[in-house]
Amino acid sequence: MAILVGPETRVVGQGITGNFGSLHARKNIEYGTKYVAAVTPGKGGSRFEEKLPIFNTVHEAVAKEGANTSVIFVPPPFAADSILEAIDAGIELVICITEGIPVRDMAVVKDALRKSSTRLIGPNCPGIMTPGSCNIGIMPGYIAQPGKVGVVSRSGTLTYEAVYQLTQRGHGQSTCIGIGGDPINGTSHTDAVRLFNEDPATEAIIMIGEIGGTAEEEAAAYIKAHVKKPVAAFIAGATAPPGRRMGHAGAIVSGGSGTAEAKIAALKDAGIAVAPTPSDIADTLLEIYKG
Amino acid sequence: MNIHEYQAKALFAQYGIPVAKGAAARAADEFEAALAELDNGPVVVKAQIHAGGRGKGTFTNGYKGGVKMCPDKAAAREAASQMLGNTLVTHQTGPEGKVVKTVFFNAPCDIEKEYYLAILLDRASSQPVIIASTEGGVEIEKVAEETPELITRVTIDPAAGLQSYHKRKIAFGLGLTSKEQLKQMDKLLTGLYKLYWEKDASLAEINPLITTPEGNIIALDAKVGFDDNALYRHEDIRNLRDLDEEDPKEVEAGKYGLSYIALDGNIACLVNGAGLAMATMDIIKHFGGNPANFLDVGGGASEEAVTEAFRIILSDPNVKGILVNIFGGIMSCKTIAKGIIAAAQNVEVKVPLVVRLEGNEVKEGKQLLAESGLNLTPADSLKDAAQKIVGLVEAAASA
Repeated sequence: MAILVGPETRVVGQGITGNFGSLHARKNIEYGTKYVAAVTPGKGGSRFEEKLPIFNTVHEAVAKEGANTSVIFVPPPFAADSILEAIDAGIELVICITEGIPVRDMAVVKDALRKSSTRLIGPNCPGIMTPGSCNIGIMPGYIAQPGKVGVVSRSGTLTYEAVYQLTQRGHGQSTCIGIGGDPINGTSHTDAVRLFNEDPATEAIIMIGEIGGTAEEEAAAYIKAHVKKPVAAFIAGATAPPGRRMGHAGAIVSGGSGTAEAKIAALKDAGIAVAPTPSDIADTLLEIYKG
Repeated sequence: MNIHEYQAKALFAQYGIPVAKGAAARAADEFEAALAELDNGPVVVKAQIHAGGRGKGTFTNGYKGGVKMCPDKAAAREAASQMLGNTLVTHQTGPEGKVVKTVFFNAPCDIEKEYYLAILLDRASSQPVIIASTEGGVEIEKVAEETPELITRVTIDPAAGLQSYHKRKIAFGLGLTSKEQLKQMDKLLTGLYKLYWEKDASLAEINPLITTPEGNIIALDAKVGFDDNALYRHEDIRNLRDLDEEDPKEVEAGKYGLSYIALDGNIACLVNGAGLAMATMDIIKHFGGNPANFLDVGGGASEEAVTEAFRIILSDPNVKGILVNIFGGIMSCKTIAKGIIAAAQNVEVKVPLVVRLEGNEVKEGKQLLAESGLNLTPADSLKDAAQKIVGLVEAAASA
C-alpha cells in the first residue's frame, strides 16, 4: 500500500504528444506505470509510440480505456481547460505538471474541484511516485526505492534531494508527492500529510515547504492535533528578500506573512523535527525514526 | 508586473472608478501641456516610482517629499523640476532609491476621511478577497496587526462573481450608510472587481480612498500589479511595463528563461529548481557566507542557460565566488558537466568556483569536471559545497 497511485492506477496523458510530455510519458511507461491512453484534441484515432490509443477527449479515454488518473503536460494557456475537462470526465486524480498557469484560471479550477470528487496534484509540480509501481510526472525514478517514508514537497529538485538522501541511507519511500509551487494548488501539505497519516504502509513523513502562504502552518496544526508518526521538515527561503517572488509563483513573503521564520516556529511548536540545512533532511528524520 | 500610479489611474477611469483629474509628464518640456489639462489653482505633484512611502521620502539632492501640494501651477512646475531625473529614497526603495522618470500632476481633493480598499488573492480560500479598512493612508499590515477589528474582508466565489451584498458589506464596514454613498461604492467596487478579474490583476489597491466634504468618494492613490503568467493575454497591460523600474540583470536573465534575483552578498549561486535555489542561498548563509543572488536555471540546465547564467552572475562586481548546485534528475550529470565546462571556458570565470553535482551518472560527470583542467573545486554534498565556497571566499578576502 501507498497513497493515491499504485498498480491499480490507469493513466491518461493529456498533451503527451508534445516533446516534453512524450519524453516523460515514455520514462513513466518504462518505469512500469500503466498508461492506458493519450488525449490530444485533433489527433484522435492515431497511436502514441505506436501503442497507446490517442483520443480527442478525456471522456473517450475514460469510457473506452477505463482511465482513472490523468497527467497534464499541456502549455499554460490551455492547461486549466485540460484540468476542467478531466474533472468533467470524472477522473479521480489529476496531476498537472504545467508551470505558469494564470492564477485566475486556477481560481476557477479550484471552484470546480470543490464541486467534484476529483483530486488535483499541482500544478507546477514534478508529479507523484509510488516507488516500484507507479511514477507519474517528471521525477527521476532511480532516486527512489520502495519503503515506508512518505515525502511531500512544494519544490521539485528539493524533493529529489530529500528522496535521494533517504535512498542513499537505505530508507525507501511509500509515496513521494510534489504538490507544486503555485499560490493555488489542488492538494495541500495538510491533505498529503493526512493521507500519509491514514496510510498503514507509511511510518514516517518528510514535509518540505518554502516561503509564501500559510500551508505549512496549517499542516503543522494538523500534525500537532492528529499525527503520531515521526515527522521531519525543511523550509526553504529563510534568506529570501520580502516582496520578491523566488522563482515559484507562490514563493513570496508579503506584508510580513509567509516567512520561513514563522513556518519553522509553527513546525517546531508542533513537535516536528526541522532540518537546519537541506543536506540534513533525511538525517533529521532518521534521528527520530529508526525504520 | 507592477505599473505606475498614473497608469493605474488611467485604468481606473476606464473602469468607472472616480479619480481626480491628472496628467503625467516625462520631460520638463511636457510640463506645460500636462498642466494645461488641469484647472488654475492648487496642484498636487507626485513622483512616479514603483514604491510606496513617496510622500515621506527624500531625494538624494536634498529635496524633501515625493508628493507635493503646490499653491499654483508655477510652484507645481518648480516642484516637478526638482523631482524629475532625481533619485527618491523611501522606506520601500532601499537606501539606493529610485530615479524619478515621470511626474504626475493632479487636481487636489478636499479630504473628509481616508479609507483603505484592495482586492487580491486570498491564498487560504483560493478566492479573490476584498479588504477594506476605515484607516486609510497607513499600511494595511500595520492595521491588521494593531486594530484588526477595523478591517472588513469579503471573499468572492469566482464562479458566482461579485454580488450586491458583498458591496453593501464593504460599504457598511467602512461606515458609509447614506443612499448616495452606497450607490457610489456599488459602482466603484463593481469597476474595481471587474478590472481585477478581467485584467488578471494580482493586486488592485486604493490607499487612500477618500470621501470629500461634499460626500464624493474618490481614489486618491492607485496601485495595481498583474499576474506575470497572464500577461500573454493582455497586450495593453504588457505595454505599460517600465523596464527602468527593474534590475537590468533580472530583465536580461528573463530573456533566457532564467529566474534571477540580485541580493547583496558576494557568493553567487547557480542552481536548477526554485526550491533548491532558495535552499542553496539558505545553506550559504547557514555556514557564514552571504548569497549574491537567487538563480534558477530551470530543470534542464543546458549549456546555453548555464553560459548566460555565468555572464549575468559575473556582471555583479560584488561576486567573489560561485557555487553551482545541480541535481541532474532526468538529464545525465555528464551532459551537465560538459555544459558547465563549456560555459566556464566561454566566460572565463576568475573567482573560486565550487561545483556540486548529484543524480544521474554523477560519477562520470564528476570525472569530466576533474579532467577539464578548469580551476574548480568539486563537492560531494550541498553541505560540503557550501562550506567549501564560504571557506574559499574568506581565504581570498584575507589573502
